[in-house]
Amino acid sequence: MIVSIASGKGGTGKTSVAVNMALSIKNVQFLDCDVEEPNAHLLLHPDISKMEPVYILVPLVNEELCDHCGECSKFCQYNAIFASSEKILVFPELCHSCGGCALVCPRKAITEEKHRIGTLKFGSVGDLTLVYGELEIGEPMAVPVIKEVKKQTRKSENVVLDSPPGTSCPVIETVRGSDFCVLVTEPTPFGLHDLKITVQVLRDMGIPFGVVINRADIGDKKVYEYCREENIPILLEIPYERKIAELYSRGVPFSLEMLEWKEKFQTLFNEIRKLVGK
Amino acid sequence: MKQLTVLSGKGGTGKTTITASFTVLAKNAVIADCDVDAPDLHMLLHPEAIKTQEFRGSKLAVIDKTKCTECSLCREKCRFNAITEDIKVDPIACEGCGVCTIVCPVNAIALTERISGYAYISKTKYGFMAHALLSPGEANSGKLVTLVRQNAKMLAEKENSDLVIIDGSPGIGCPVIASVTGVDIGLVVTEPTMSGIHDLKRALQLLKHFNVAPFVCVNMHDINRDNTERILSFCKENSIEITGIIPFDPKVTEAMVNGKTIIEYSPESDVAKEIEGMWRKICSS
Repeated sequence: MIVSIASGKGGTGKTSVAVNMALSIKNVQFLDCDVEEPNAHLLLHPDISKMEPVYILVPLVNEELCDHCGECSKFCQYNAIFASSEKILVFPELCHSCGGCALVCPRKAITEEKHRIGTLKFGSVGDLTLVYGELEIGEPMAVPVIKEVKKQTRKSENVVLDSPPGTSCPVIETVRGSDFCVLVTEPTPFGLHDLKITVQVLRDMGIPFGVVINRADIGDKKVYEYCREENIPILLEIPYERKIAELYSRGVPFSLEMLEWKEKFQTLFNEIRKLVGK
Repeated sequence: MKQLTVLSGKGGTGKTTITASFTVLAKNAVIADCDVDAPDLHMLLHPEAIKTQEFRGSKLAVIDKTKCTECSLCREKCRFNAITEDIKVDPIACEGCGVCTIVCPVNAIALTERISGYAYISKTKYGFMAHALLSPGEANSGKLVTLVRQNAKMLAEKENSDLVIIDGSPGIGCPVIASVTGVDIGLVVTEPTMSGIHDLKRALQLLKHFNVAPFVCVNMHDINRDNTERILSFCKENSIEITGIIPFDPKVTEAMVNGKTIIEYSPESDVAKEIEGMWRKICSS
């Protein structure tokens, strides 16, 4: 079963829920898809066994063959290649690696070369295996790194995916193909507003989902009303407790110190299993 | 005209709370909410839209089924797996590159524009605001951020404002890069947690990469005083100015529930006073 953990608003507790659930069940592969700011390893403290660079393909122009006709830059939808009468410029950080420029070049002057945009890291802690991606600083495109992380998916295991915040392409790429998505929110106007946007995305994608309310006693009750009206299951509530916040701040998953929570996260996982029918 | 971007790396550290407070304190600033996929600033500033623009950020391939011979060449050449087995375009996977349109032997495919969101110019009690909303699930948030920033700049020039305050999104990727390029000051809001520290360092590297002067603020510093000390000494070693050390206070959430900034809701609170101090430091920088 593949379960992703997402939220529109940042800092609602995605990583905390993902890690605590993963540590409470067996046979887990953890994929941290928040490649801009991967944090799961700061709670899991894995031994890193392997690292691999992540590349994308970008155009390489052979200046001897190029006659500056400009077909490539006319074709490129991302302004990643610019041709003037004397110079041709490639902006690798804008390139989506579609390969179109090489296809349209009438003089076959364009081939492709690798451009590094990130790193994959492989690790383990106990019988849990972890894969996470790290986007290079200054590189804008997270999606190709997320795709590489997801290529490591081992479907025979319980796969837990930690998503980046927001509702745009990196989130879509992460949750695509999940059997279920857990939306972590907090009962505040910001939390509710961003939850509603994420619900729309998941409904469009046809992915079943439920909500975990974190810091359940701060804010107001509107998120509960919303879930009731929309028939969205509330799978778990985590209260605001100073101890939980302090443990998190030190990099300790709270279910390891507050043992009653281990069972609650197991129940959460079993509940998801029931909803998915697996 | 100066531009200030509030960013954080990690989400939920308090960017929007601080940006909204600055807006109230600023006398003559234009505000830009550049968190276009989960914008929250409007819930504290209550803007009234005076102009709405359609945002056409990306294109979408459309197959004319009356011409298509189902030869599958488009499916073969598409690097985004956006053509399904029965030769249909998956609108979520399609990045609008146009490769399918040139490989199709019968010219059955064309790129069409799609509306990927809306940009707004609005009025608030505290000045003009540029903001936007990306359609859920859309790509190209960076382009929309750039549009919001252009609008903010245009407003600032028209209104003779000397400052644009930009609320960024979490992360360090495309929309954040679009929010920090060419600005004068980047204020990183962090929290004293292991993730907060990790993400702070990456956000600072990003500012360095784009030559933006960095400032740091530690929010909810009393959650873990040891980690706060770590952040302070890290900043000292790297000659980065700490502009504020804000305590945890449930009043911040209360203010949010009431749709107000902490400066309006509880002006006497330690949080409000600390933010005022930060504002003075940033203004004099």
